Amino acid sequence: MALLGMRGLSVFISDVRNCQNKEQERLRIDKELGNIRTRFKNEKGLTPNEKKKYVWKMLYIYMLGYDVDFGHMEALSLISAPKYPEKQVGYIVTSCLLNESHEFLRMVINTVRNDIIGRNETFQCLALTMVGNIGGKEFAESLAPDVQRLLISSSCRPLVRKKAALCLLRLYRKNPDVVNIDGWSDRMSQLLDERDLGVLTSVMSLFVALVSNNNEAYWNCLPKCAKILERLARNQDIPQEYTYYGIPSPWLQVKTMKALQYFPTVEDPNTRRALFEVLQRILMGTDVVKNVNKNNASHAVLFEALALVMHLDAEKEMMSQCVALLGKFIAVREPNIRYLGLENMTRMLLITDVQDLIKRHQAQIVTSLKDPDISIRRRALDLLYGMCDVTNAKDIVEELLQYLSTADFVMREELALKAAILAEKFAPDLSWYVDVILQLIDKAGDFVSDDIWYRVVQFVTNNEDLQPYAAAKAREYLDKPALHETMVKVSAYILGEYSHLLARRPGCNPKEIFTIINEKLPTVSKPTVAILLSTYAKILMHTEPSDPELQEQIWAIFRKYESYIDVEIQQRAVEYFVLSRKGAALADVLAEMPKFPERQSALLKKAEDAEVDTAEQSAIKLRSQQQTSNALVVTDQQPVNGPLPINQLGLVRIPSQKMEASSHNQGLTKENGAVSKVDPEPAPSADFLGDLLGPLAIEGPPAATVSAEQNMISGLEATPNAADALALATVGDQSNSVQPIVNIAERFHALCLKDSGVLYEDPYMQIGIKSEWRAHHGHLVLFLGNKNTSPLLSVRAVILPPTHLKVELSLVPETIPPRAQVQCPLEVVNLRASRDIAVLDFSYKFGTTVVSVKLRLPAVLNKFLQPKSVSAEEFFPQWKSLSGPPLKLQEVVRVVKPMSLPEMTNLFTSLHLGVIPGLDTNSNNLVSCTGFYSESTRAMLCLIRVETDPSDRTQLRITIASGDPTLTFELKEFIKEHLINIPTPTPAPAPSPALAAAALQPQSPITRAGYTDPGVMLAGLL
Amino acid sequence: MIRFILLQNRQGKTRLAKYYVPLEDSEKHKVEYEVHRLVVNRDPKFTNFVEFRTHKVIYRRYAGLFFSMCVDITDNELAYLECIHLFVEILDHFFSNVCELDLVFNFHKVYLILDEFILAGELQETSKKAIIERMGELEKQE
Repeated sequence: MALLGMRGLSVFISDVRNCQNKEQERLRIDKELGNIRTRFKNEKGLTPNEKKKYVWKMLYIYMLGYDVDFGHMEALSLISAPKYPEKQVGYIVTSCLLNESHEFLRMVINTVRNDIIGRNETFQCLALTMVGNIGGKEFAESLAPDVQRLLISSSCRPLVRKKAALCLLRLYRKNPDVVNIDGWSDRMSQLLDERDLGVLTSVMSLFVALVSNNNEAYWNCLPKCAKILERLARNQDIPQEYTYYGIPSPWLQVKTMKALQYFPTVEDPNTRRALFEVLQRILMGTDVVKNVNKNNASHAVLFEALALVMHLDAEKEMMSQCVALLGKFIAVREPNIRYLGLENMTRMLLITDVQDLIKRHQAQIVTSLKDPDISIRRRALDLLYGMCDVTNAKDIVEELLQYLSTADFVMREELALKAAILAEKFAPDLSWYVDVILQLIDKAGDFVSDDIWYRVVQFVTNNEDLQPYAAAKAREYLDKPALHETMVKVSAYILGEYSHLLARRPGCNPKEIFTIINEKLPTVSKPTVAILLSTYAKILMHTEPSDPELQEQIWAIFRKYESYIDVEIQQRAVEYFVLSRKGAALADVLAEMPKFPERQSALLKKAEDAEVDTAEQSAIKLRSQQQTSNALVVTDQQPVNGPLPINQLGLVRIPSQKMEASSHNQGLTKENGAVSKVDPEPAPSADFLGDLLGPLAIEGPPAATVSAEQNMISGLEATPNAADALALATVGDQSNSVQPIVNIAERFHALCLKDSGVLYEDPYMQIGIKSEWRAHHGHLVLFLGNKNTSPLLSVRAVILPPTHLKVELSLVPETIPPRAQVQCPLEVVNLRASRDIAVLDFSYKFGTTVVSVKLRLPAVLNKFLQPKSVSAEEFFPQWKSLSGPPLKLQEVVRVVKPMSLPEMTNLFTSLHLGVIPGLDTNSNNLVSCTGFYSESTRAMLCLIRVETDPSDRTQLRITIASGDPTLTFELKEFIKEHLINIPTPTPAPAPSPALAAAALQPQSPITRAGYTDPGVMLAGLL
Repeated sequence: MIRFILLQNRQGKTRLAKYYVPLEDSEKHKVEYEVHRLVVNRDPKFTNFVEFRTHKVIYRRYAGLFFSMCVDITDNELAYLECIHLFVEILDHFFSNVCELDLVFNFHKVYLILDEFILAGELQETSKKAIIERMGELEKQE
């Protein structure tokens, strides 16, 4: 294909291609750049065609990786050219050369806008394309309305509209405010009716972005998505050009299923059924075929379907089908499918409780850890990490350790971190944990971050039983010929603190310990020298009776470093030397390190912090924020041999520690005068010890103890503050410090409409609920899950029942073991109709933190309803016989949350108010019939009629009839609350404390359920 | 979403580079260098997916040319893999039996085709016919 009129460009490309080496190429390019520069300088002499040619050349040079730092203006100016050929070059080259933050772009906004709103379709397309590819915030602000207009315009060709859809998507990503949610849900719903599959493909991408930000606003689109998927999956009315190897656009299928994953659930039974039929078809009907492309395309759809099935919380049977399928995939030879099998198994773990099913494939997964392809190995590592629990931790961690010695360098750090986390989380005993970490350091010291060895020090310090073992292990490693420096650090530290516990063992007297550690001194770096000096000081202190020879040796070292160039080391040497001549005082200041308070592993935090950057929030992540029903709490974990030793970590005695800290302080005050000649500059001294202990010490108390030891020398200003902070921390820490990580009000509302889910969750524990309702009886189970590696203590749960409910809670254990889940059955009997709500008053202690919450229990009115289906012949006589108040009440309800009739039908169905279609001849009305059960009334029929006004969805008239005046009234109010206050989950995961607090006081009559919503308050006033 | 698309030959010469996220020039060069190193030595028996920083690269080799797409971790790998193939089919159709030289000498056409195929990092049109027809329309205007 010839380049029309651009021979020069072809010649130039050939020239560059013919260059023998890089040097020649550079010369040729420089020459050309010089040429272009001179030509551009004298712009008047350039024909449009020449200008075009030079701009193309610039792009070519740029593409080869050379800097092109001029000529942007010329490229940009072509955008304003009147003719297509120049304009096209201007737009394309600008899109490649400049990025959205380039200030030049601002200059063409007007031209671009004129092209977008102009009548030339080709220009519209060019402009939309550039804005879609490099448009930034400013473009979003000035162009969004015009782009929207094109998207919904009926006069534009599909060609323009699909570009407008994606252009709008770009602008929305740059500034979400450009799409005004109110009007858009209806518009979006119309756009999803699009017949042109090109436009629909683009629209679906836009939709995914919108719905990922706010699924609530778009739930009217859910049935449309299900329909689109059905149409594609069944290949109904799909033009040939949109099938790919016989498969109706696999890309649109995948996108549609992605969109569906952003809806928390599919309530409507018909949609749900249809969706599952389609998914079942995909799961079962996807065969492996010879043609690679066809195979890939069909499996692209299959894997997305798997994700959607998992998301929809399918029946157990379908879930095991999925696991079986994935199990098959991880065993196949085809690498892509195996990779995806592993990846999807990992995702599945995040969503559902299939750990046991997946564990069966452990051997197969371990094989993949040794695959030659790093991509597969990474997936296998992730999956092993995800599926690990106390039952298989030993196997998996040992597998990882073994792999560590042969693993690629790029994977070692991740591997080491993951092994360390697993060892910590699931250690059957702590000595095993110490073994694992020391092995890690030994095998891959370069890849073991400081956090890892700080953590092991913390564990050893906090567990007395572990100290002799760790010291003995550290001593063993020191005998090895080539030792990683990290191993020197950790061994020296542990032996400094605890080698006296080994004193009677062979090779472990202070002198021997000193000698073997001191052998390393000449070869280690400065930070390690500092640690060794502390170790020597500690050895000296522990030597009883004192050994003059050893003392002399150590003093000699201190003296040697007294004039060392590194300030920290110099300071330590001077101070230790002076201190060690003070006899008993040495023992005071160098006493054993106090215990560390329990805290979240810095490692775990590190692993969690590894943020993934995606255009849309991941549906899985969103979901796990919304309902963590099964994922976080490991169930069925009976501690095998008595309580897990890891519990001991929970023993954190802050008060005693506080005393220790302050006694240090007092000691120091006296000490301070003696060492006053030392530079009191606190900053450098904070470094090393701070470095060693810093990451372990996050909160106030440890900081105080650390600075206590440091400040003995380096001045006291900081210490009182630290003590203050300590005092403050203990006071302030009560109950306020732990915030729920779910929106409690929202969880409660969700549970009013369904029977199982999470009621409450904070960083330490999770309360789930599962309920069954039969007539006026309710059987609930509370699942109290401890998310930590230490027990939750003083667990207390009391039910504060309203007068109309009889509630009996079985015994709640006082302690919840680490990572265990306790089930507490709860029986409820309904005495009469009322909207009052039972409250669960719940508290527990984690470490020294007392957490206390009041939670509304979803044992609400509608749980005692059972939908009835009645015929017109049965309905009307009843309706007529109940005439007028107080048995039949009518009310006009305003400020109703606008919803379509199908939505209202859904709502009614989930409230157990059976909607009877066709009973009312007016299609804007809704009639439903339900039975209410209580001990006093037994079964009582309730009839409901809602008349809506299609022109104003914010108001409606409701009529309710039943044989009991209280019931009629209460039911009417109850339905009203739900019509006005449809739970609106805010996108922000953490509820505002005020809201949560308000929601937690259902006892007082004014702060009932709905009153957190301003809409309800308004309605109350009306 | 697609972060960027690269067409590179075995020697690492870039034949097409399209970025849908704003990167500085130096960063672009680094990315091109790294992606090339990442994919060029992979065994054909390996997966077509490689992790790249916080994203992943879906790539496919056609003769001496590597087509690489960098997408989000949560994106559907196989869908993008076939997206690459569809793009190649379109190029093949447009240039009738495409080879590297076609792409070198007509790089500006390749950009034009790509703009009809992908926009804002998302798939815009999956009908080969529609794209080829559209290219015909545009050529008439030149």
